[in-house]
Amino acid sequence: MSKGVSFISVGFQTLFYKEALRFWKVATQTVAAPILTAMLYLLIFGHVLEGRVQVYPGVSYTAFLIPGLVMMSVLQNAFANSSSSLIQSKITGNLVFILLPPLSHWEIISAYVLASVVRGLAVGAGVFIITAWFAHLSFVAPLWILVFAILGAAILGTMGVIAGIWAEKFDQLAAFQNFLIMPATFLSGVFYSIKSLPPFWLAVSHFNPFFYMIDGFRHGFFGVSDVSPWTSLAIVSVFFAVLAAIAINLLKRGYNLRH
Amino acid sequence: MTAIQISNVEKSYKSLKALGGVSLTIQEGEFFGLLGPNGAGKTTLISTIAGLIRPDAGSVSIHGHDVVTDFREARKKLGVVPQELVFDPFFTVRETLRLQSGYFGLKNNDKWIDEVMGNLDLTNKADVNMRALSGGMKRRVLVAQALVHKPPVIVLDEPTAGVDVELRQTLWKFISRLNKEGHTVVLTTHYLEEAQAMCQRVAMLKSGQVVALDTMSALIRRISGSQLNVHLASGDLPDDLRHLVSHDEHGNGHGGGNSYSLRVNEYAEVEQILARLRESGAVIDEMQLQQADLEDIFLQIMDKGTV
Repeated sequence: MSKGVSFISVGFQTLFYKEALRFWKVATQTVAAPILTAMLYLLIFGHVLEGRVQVYPGVSYTAFLIPGLVMMSVLQNAFANSSSSLIQSKITGNLVFILLPPLSHWEIISAYVLASVVRGLAVGAGVFIITAWFAHLSFVAPLWILVFAILGAAILGTMGVIAGIWAEKFDQLAAFQNFLIMPATFLSGVFYSIKSLPPFWLAVSHFNPFFYMIDGFRHGFFGVSDVSPWTSLAIVSVFFAVLAAIAINLLKRGYNLRH
Repeated sequence: MTAIQISNVEKSYKSLKALGGVSLTIQEGEFFGLLGPNGAGKTTLISTIAGLIRPDAGSVSIHGHDVVTDFREARKKLGVVPQELVFDPFFTVRETLRLQSGYFGLKNNDKWIDEVMGNLDLTNKADVNMRALSGGMKRRVLVAQALVHKPPVIVLDEPTAGVDVELRQTLWKFISRLNKEGHTVVLTTHYLEEAQAMCQRVAMLKSGQVVALDTMSALIRRISGSQLNVHLASGDLPDDLRHLVSHDEHGNGHGGGNSYSLRVNEYAEVEQILARLRESGAVIDEMQLQQADLEDIFLQIMDKGTV
């Protein structure tokens, strides 16, 4: 028996590996199914709106839609990974295997969030590979694509940790997902540019952090966006820091975990 | 050296006081029993030791490390077998044990994992998914998970509840070996004969309070003593022995004689009683010395509520 000594602790590595292995073992449900869902969105919305709507000059609606769908898949699956793992472990009781060892709060949250990022990116990459055949896409600023995909997945992974800690039953988690995550995602400009909205809803959209994730992500493809990617990056980064602080605080307090 | 120090631990759930100021000191290398009826607070106390429950007052330390303020060091020293039969359905037995090793910071732990599996008769189930295991096998894996990091302190919360004789024997053989090698063991069980066979010292809890705390032998000696059961073929019990009678069955003995159960505190008293019976002309045709056991003591203490 030897103690692993490394900058990245063995505890963190193991929990991350476990969380990644968990979703990979049921990849049909956790990766393939969301790719199919995104494909259906593209086929239906693209078929109905292609040629009728042009959001950015010279960009077809299908081309506009694809980055939105990719990012929506990244966000929703990142949330699903950490939240479903935690609630399942809480309800079946096997969360005790995480609570008994000497894992720090940082190790726990980092592992859950990183695994969420990996699943989010895996699904996002899958959606992109399948949907990219339907439109000509450019990659004006690939770094922005990567930055917003990772940050967005990390934010939703952290929200999943918070929701998983807070919820004591599956229906509480479903409420979190259906009444918060889904509306915020759908109203963030996945299917449209917020500039097409009436002034009131345009103003409201600026209070939705999901809008900045998707707008910044889309900027990486087309080089145009509703707001500057730097503004989006600042807002998204602050949002992530706030959520991470909340999640760490909940873990430190043992909220709904250690009674 | 002190393995577990529990100091005035209190825990309430709304109006229910689960632990009312429990203090215990368990020394390194002890095999310690924590007994009590359902709802006495045993699992709450164990969960507090494990850091799964935060006490309202008081403190717990493992090998000198506070389970709240110095939880990482405390948890490294502790292996807990939970009472509930929980498992992660995504993984095989070997994956489960490797993951648990990793959580405790251990890589390349397969040698010890193999040894633990071997000792718990799990080797041929190593690559079987947890979902496919029987209840008894899942219980073995729970025990193995608690031992993957070779903790100096092992806490077993009703480890043999609902499991077959084979597992009990396998488990106790392995746990006894670990105890002999210096591991401290804390056991809660409803099988009092197991506690009597295994534990050197026992605490009994009732309504969140320690109502008895002593070595097993002292507890048995102090509380109850033994019983001498005699059946008299002829003659009768002398009057000066009647104060020792704890139970009699006049007229039910063989051949029309009488049966008596006499309290005996020391073995030397047996000879005195027999001598007195011979003097009085009574003839004994059956005799049995019945040792008090933990169950008698447990019932006596739980009836009285205190030592």
